[in-house]
Amino acid sequence: MFKTFLAGIFLGIVAAGAALYYLPAVNQFREQSMIVVRPNQGNTESFHVNVPIDRIMIGAPAEKEPLPVGLHWPLDEELAGARTELFKIRNGKDTVVGVASRIAASHSDSGDMIEWVLHLPARGSVYVTMQPQAAEGGYRIGELATGTREFEALRGQVMERWVADTSDDADALSGRIELTTAFVSRELEAE
Amino acid sequence: MKYLISLLVGMVVGVAAFLALLYYNPLTSKNKLSPLSVTANELISLNYSTVASDSLIYTNDGESLVAPHPTKVLQLWEQPIRKTDALATVLRDSRNQVAGIGVKFSSDSESTNILNGEALVDSVWHIYLPGRGSFFIEQKENFWGYLREVVLPAYWSSGDNWRGNWSGSVTAGPGALGTSKVVGGSGEFVALESAGVESLLAKAYSVDQGPVAITGELSIELPRPRDESPISEAATPSP
Repeated sequence: MFKTFLAGIFLGIVAAGAALYYLPAVNQFREQSMIVVRPNQGNTESFHVNVPIDRIMIGAPAEKEPLPVGLHWPLDEELAGARTELFKIRNGKDTVVGVASRIAASHSDSGDMIEWVLHLPARGSVYVTMQPQAAEGGYRIGELATGTREFEALRGQVMERWVADTSDDADALSGRIELTTAFVSRELEAE
Repeated sequence: MKYLISLLVGMVVGVAAFLALLYYNPLTSKNKLSPLSVTANELISLNYSTVASDSLIYTNDGESLVAPHPTKVLQLWEQPIRKTDALATVLRDSRNQVAGIGVKFSSDSESTNILNGEALVDSVWHIYLPGRGSFFIEQKENFWGYLREVVLPAYWSSGDNWRGNWSGSVTAGPGALGTSKVVGGSGEFVALESAGVESLLAKAYSVDQGPVAITGELSIELPRPRDESPISEAATPSP
């Protein structure tokens, strides 16, 4: 019986080790990517934010109705020119696939800036620095400053555009922020 | 029958012994020194509280231990973002003055490997410092030491809490020395490519609320201009 007990200990150690080795501790849920491949071997992908339902936070000193309710934005003078927003972002199928932050700021020393960070948990993140001034047509172009994981080896541009909802529906959204990425591999671009 | 019971009891003991070995494994217990502690370059130090109620907003799937703050903040309940936390917080400098705003997104990492003592989180920071500019931090964080020395002792405590002093760097990559990757975006940080380290100083943790008194510190290395670098001086051949 003692030998059976020892065999049990051995089996227990092996089973625990095998379980930890073979079973993934974390498995992020993946939505199918909606990527369009371009002739230059780059690709484009569209994301959007439905406003206001995807807005997590608006942080700005001048905001009369802070979002979320209960947010106490610091009244520090240095932050007077900064506006920080957090969103959920959706893919082309209108499914939430990630979260994003947008910081817009104006300061006499550091200048004007508008930036996005898109964070897609199963894929990686992108950091985009936009043109502070909108182009004719109401859109902005930004450069991919860096990316992580799936986006690490890419470079390219992102277009930000506000599309107002013009429907008369009482439950309609006020609009959507469209973000269209156009990325190409650094290696391919170097060739 | 007694052989079956003996086998089952043996297996339970085996699993327990394996878990004890993982917990006490000396190879994963080292609390590494920050690689930036020996740098000659300037460091930016930014502090924040990891306690949700001290933040501007903190949100997660709404079912985790730490409750979102404020209570009416939108929760990240959708499948693709359910294992993600979002934090917006005020960052303070070493004199405890407001230095800027930081947004942190953290997602459980699929690279997590408990066998190697790696409880990993993929996280990014989006940081704006008024008057200076903005930058982005990418890091892989390893919370194994924090879990082992703060969280588990809290669960084992009869009072369901932990009090003490624990400090350690949680940044484990992607830099070869266990540093984060820092990329500048605007202002004085344009074209910045550097490294950073995030560390935690824990004083109290509760099983009911999560962190009670835990502060985080971001240390960012600012490389000197090339002509001021001690390396370039040393590399200059003597006449």
